[in-house]
Amino acid sequence: MSDFHLAQMNSARLRAPLEDPSMIDFAEGISLMNALADRSPGFVWRLVGDSGDGTIAAPSDPSHIYTLSVWESPEHLRAFVYQSEHLEYLRRRRDWFFPHGQQAALVLWWIPAGTIPTLRQGISRLGRLNAGGPTAEAFTFRQLFPAPELTRR
Amino acid sequence: MTTSEDLHDLDALASLTDRVRRQAYRVVADGAGPVGRDEVAEALGVGRTLAAFHLDKLVTAGLLEVSYARRSGRTGPGAGRPAKLYQVAAAEHAVSVPPRSYRAAAELLAEALEQAGAEETLYRVAARHGRGAPASSDVTALLAGQGYAPVADGPDRIELRNCPFHLLAEQFPPVICGMNHALVSGLLSGAGLDETWAARMDAAPGRCCVTLSKK
Repeated sequence: MSDFHLAQMNSARLRAPLEDPSMIDFAEGISLMNALADRSPGFVWRLVGDSGDGTIAAPSDPSHIYTLSVWESPEHLRAFVYQSEHLEYLRRRRDWFFPHGQQAALVLWWIPAGTIPTLRQGISRLGRLNAGGPTAEAFTFRQLFPAPELTRR
Repeated sequence: MTTSEDLHDLDALASLTDRVRRQAYRVVADGAGPVGRDEVAEALGVGRTLAAFHLDKLVTAGLLEVSYARRSGRTGPGAGRPAKLYQVAAAEHAVSVPPRSYRAAAELLAEALEQAGAEETLYRVAARHGRGAPASSDVTALLAGQGYAPVADGPDRIELRNCPFHLLAEQFPPVICGMNHALVSGLLSGAGLDETWAARMDAAPGRCCVTLSKK
C-alpha cells in the first residue's frame, strides 16, 4: 500500500447545455462511466456534485465542467481512462467539447493517502501545469512523476 | 546508427538473420498465447533441442520473453514440472540507415492535431485510406496482412493482438485509437466485408483497442 495516492482533475468546455439533444450520448454516459469508475480496480474517491453525477460545473460558467478523482496509482487510472469502455467516449469528445488548444485539460498530482483534494486545488494545479509545464506538483500521463518518498521520523 | 542504443537494436535484429530462428520467432509471434518448444519444434520440423536453442537465443537477444506454466491444467504433486513458454517481448526494435525519425514526427503531428481538435479530419482520412484495401473474403488474412495479428474469439468475434501504432497509441489514446478504429472500419468496407463484420472500440489492456464482431 503506497503512502501516496494519485489525484486527477479534468476540465472540459461543453459545446451545448447537457439538456441539448446533441449532448444526449454524453449526458447518458456520465452515470455509466461513473459507475464504471466506482467499480474499477484502484479507484479511491471522486467528487460528487449536487446532481450526484460527478460532473461539476464551474460556478461562474456552467458550460465549463470538471471531474475530480483519486486513484491508487497512475496505472489504475490509465486502465480506467484508456483501456475500458471509457475510451469510446474520449474518441467522441469533439462531438461534445470544444478543443483546448494549448491549454491542458487533464492534470495529475500526488496526495497523501487518506486525504481528499478540492476543486480549488485542482484548478490551481491545472494553472501550474499550464504556466510552467509538467512538474512533480502538476503533471500528465505523457510525463509522469514518481510518488514522493514519505519522510519518517 | 552511431548510438549504443541503435547498436543494441541492431544486435537484436541481427539474431533473426538465421532462417530457422526467424521461423521460430514467427511461430511464437503468430501464437494465440505463450508457446512451448515442442510446438515450435513441430511447426518447424526440427528437434526439440534445436528449437529450444533458437528460442533461448531469441530471449537473449531481447526479442522473446519466458514464462512458466503447467500446460495440462493439473496442479499439485504429479502434475509435472511447469513448461517453459515463450512470447514476444514488449520492447520494440528498429534500425534505420540513414537515420530517420518518423515516430518523432508522428508525435508532433498527433499533439498538434489534438490541440487543434482536428480528430474528425484524421478519422475521415484514415477511413478513406482503409477503403483502398483490395477485395477479400478472408477477414483474418486481411487484418494479418496489416500487422494486427488477429485471433478468433469464438465464431462471432475477433481480437487483434498487435497494435501497429502501439507506442503512439499509448501517448495519444483518443487520437490514435480513434484513427485506428476508422482505418479498420475502412479496411472492412474496402474489402467488401463490412456487411459481415463491424469494427468497434473495445479497449482492454494488452491488445489493440478495436475488436471485430459479426453483424
